[in-house]
Amino acid sequence: MLHLLIFISRFALVILLAFYTYSCFAALRSGISEEQQDFLYFRQTACMYMFILIANGILYLSTFEEQVLVMLGMEMAFFIAVSLIYKHIYRNASLSVTNNMCMLLAISFIILTRLDIDKAYKQLVIAGISLAITCLIPFLVKKLKFLNRLTYVYAAVGILGLGLVAVAGSTSYGAKLSLSIGGFSIQPSEFIKILFVFFVAAMLYDAGNDRRKIEIATAVAGLHVLMLIASRDLGGAGIFLLTYLVMLYVSTQEPRFLLIGLALGAVGMVCAYFLFGHVRNRVMAWKNPLSVVDGAGYQISHSLFAIGTGGWFGSGLYQGMPEKIPVVEKDFVFSAISEELGGVFALCLIFICISCFLMFFNIAMQIHDRFYKLIALGLGTVYATQTFLTLGGVTKFIPSTGVTLPLVSYGGSSLMSTMILFAIIQGLYVMREEDGQ
Amino acid sequence: MRKRRQESPRRRGSINREFAIVTYGFLLLFLCMAGYFIYFVGYAGEDFIDSPYNPRLSQLSEHIIRGDILAADGTVLATSEVDDAQNETRVYPKGNEYAHIVGFSSNGMSGTELDANFQLLRSHSFFIEKIINELQERKNQGDAVVTSLDTALTDALYVGMANYEGAAVALDPETGKILAMVSKPDFDPNTIAQNWSYYTETGSSVLLNRAIQGQYPPGSTFKILTALEYLNEGGGMEDAFNCSGSYTYGDTTIHCYHNTVHGAQNFEEAFAHSCNSVFAEVGLSLDKSGMARLAKRLLFNRTLPTELKNVKKSSFSLKDADSGLVMRTAIGQGNTLVTPIHMAMIASAIANDGVLMEPSVIDHTQNDGGTLVRRYHPVRYGELFDESEVGILREMMRYVVTNGTGSKLYTDSYTAYGKTGTAEFSDNKSEAHSWFVGFAEQDEKKIAVAIVLERAGSGSEHAVPLARTMFDTYFR
Repeated sequence: MLHLLIFISRFALVILLAFYTYSCFAALRSGISEEQQDFLYFRQTACMYMFILIANGILYLSTFEEQVLVMLGMEMAFFIAVSLIYKHIYRNASLSVTNNMCMLLAISFIILTRLDIDKAYKQLVIAGISLAITCLIPFLVKKLKFLNRLTYVYAAVGILGLGLVAVAGSTSYGAKLSLSIGGFSIQPSEFIKILFVFFVAAMLYDAGNDRRKIEIATAVAGLHVLMLIASRDLGGAGIFLLTYLVMLYVSTQEPRFLLIGLALGAVGMVCAYFLFGHVRNRVMAWKNPLSVVDGAGYQISHSLFAIGTGGWFGSGLYQGMPEKIPVVEKDFVFSAISEELGGVFALCLIFICISCFLMFFNIAMQIHDRFYKLIALGLGTVYATQTFLTLGGVTKFIPSTGVTLPLVSYGGSSLMSTMILFAIIQGLYVMREEDGQ
Repeated sequence: MRKRRQESPRRRGSINREFAIVTYGFLLLFLCMAGYFIYFVGYAGEDFIDSPYNPRLSQLSEHIIRGDILAADGTVLATSEVDDAQNETRVYPKGNEYAHIVGFSSNGMSGTELDANFQLLRSHSFFIEKIINELQERKNQGDAVVTSLDTALTDALYVGMANYEGAAVALDPETGKILAMVSKPDFDPNTIAQNWSYYTETGSSVLLNRAIQGQYPPGSTFKILTALEYLNEGGGMEDAFNCSGSYTYGDTTIHCYHNTVHGAQNFEEAFAHSCNSVFAEVGLSLDKSGMARLAKRLLFNRTLPTELKNVKKSSFSLKDADSGLVMRTAIGQGNTLVTPIHMAMIASAIANDGVLMEPSVIDHTQNDGGTLVRRYHPVRYGELFDESEVGILREMMRYVVTNGTGSKLYTDSYTAYGKTGTAEFSDNKSEAHSWFVGFAEQDEKKIAVAIVLERAGSGSEHAVPLARTMFDTYFR
């Protein structure tokens, strides 16, 4: 009987997420009334709670571990707290952004519980702490009027942080990413991404086509990118580079900056290919993972085995072998999701990520103040680029760059920085809503 | 009720055009990625995950009864019997006859059991049946793999090979589908586990599928290549030669079979009579690198394009060859080694207007109710011969049947083409492998074969009659 229950609930999870994803896009349609929109967002919330209940039910019935029930209780408390903050305290917050954040976190908690319940617990605690910290951000965004004048503070902190990692960072999987401070390991680049967006926005918002300012901004941005390359964090370098180019292009309205920048980036990639062995390995693993399955292609091969064997409807929780993929809970969490919850589910996840950045860009477009407009644009680009690099990497669409899937992958720095990013977007949205009234 | 502004894009301000470009740019990237993901899960993934490195495959057998392997007409070639305790026993009703092509799945895997391992361990049973199995904690029935194997043809071939060691392959030239494949000596796959240590410890070659792994000197069948190169380098079919039963250059003498003196003949007749003297002389006149290019084009020294696993390469080399080796190579001795399937592929390409179809044995898979799951479409490798080459080769190979060593294949009911071979494999000249490589057609129906019978003697006396049996059976 248990078999049957689990068998049926697998499809229930897919259907719930498909329904949720449909609502994301239905709410974005033009000409939809406020009541309809509110109803869609309500339906999304209902889907999310049902998802948590059913998925935790399967997890419990598969393991009979009481810790799963404790997790369920904590998850419920966490999501209710999110609702209180973003639906009742910040009444003008974007429900779309809130719901997507919750849904992505819910998927993360479920798959992490499946993979390693202790990590899931840690992730949930960090999410709670992050929520407590970030709930002040929308308020601060509104109150702190001097954010656009801290230009060089952002740059100095960012470069110092990255420099520290390049010199004293600990190496994992060929890249220097993290600093150990008092037993905690943090990844400064996750937070510096946000500071970097603030720096570029502060530099460019009133620059117009002021050559000097553009030159300084470009030099500082280049320094960031070079330091990331020195730490062998190529994914990070890509995110910073593309974010800068997009912000520069939009603020100057000069397509040639974007084109020249992309061309330089391409030349850089070719150089990196010939200069660095680890880049060549990544490319080889991308071109034919099975030819280097015992080496550089191991991770991506097993990721594709997981996705392929799972098929459209997945093997069901605990029925697959996602643990065969090294660091599956971080960079390759998407493959575990696709294997056990199914390709349709994973596809919905891709579309939720799409709806996230569409919403970010949409919010950016509607802000009048150029500084905040650029911030929203920059953060949207960071999010979209990072998501693209990680999803493209694990599905072998592009060579793997080793970045995390925001809100879903395990990792404190990544989670907290993404929650900060979402909170800033909420702050901008609230500010625009209140200005507009 | 609190007021909420609509969250829909509204164009305002001057830089929103750039916003639109950025938004659509990212959207396009993501949609391409989503498309690729759909392509992978729905299509490409099937092949990718069928890898020995995928640890999930061994887990599949815990939930699924290994599916049946069937011949094209539905005859069961391999099936699994399940007892009350859900233990499986693999049974091969046809025993030794299909031992090599169907293979085995204990003590490692071989043949179709290996090639179709993944398909056999997937279940596309009707979902209600799956749910019932799930409830009763029974395994689901794996999909059946339907091969292209022709039982009548295989029977005829198996009986026709009698006690000779050797191998034979028959292909459908238009699809590359394997119609029959027999290798002897063979074994009983039903008792493979019991006899395993005997087979492996005695160094016996019983487990070797000679059709794809046996590397034989091609003998005179190689003259197909020599002749083609000669004609491509400007030679003509009507060129006149004179055979005195042997040809000597330097310190090497090449003899015709049984020292037969063929006398005055043109090139086409020399091919039909398989005259070694003429071909040794012709071989010396050829451009070595041209010959090597032709061999490379015809897939020598290369992994053969086929879904079958564990296929050996054929080898050809004229590097640093002296005149003696050049002469021996021209008549198919020398260092050249071929697998029977490779020769069958060459014949099939000639039969199929020069186009080689990749050999395959899986035609389709079906669930336990007989509903089609996936059809494996023929895969085109590419052109091995151009139109004029096909014309020349067909004419010469037909002439072998009408006026030469293949005359036993002459009949009114179909048109046969081919080349015989008698391949010496040791210094003992009295022992030779008997070869035939060719094809036959009747209306739209075609078949290409390669046969090698070890130590049988001349091709025309042993391999050709077997080819006749195969063609007669196929076109009956």
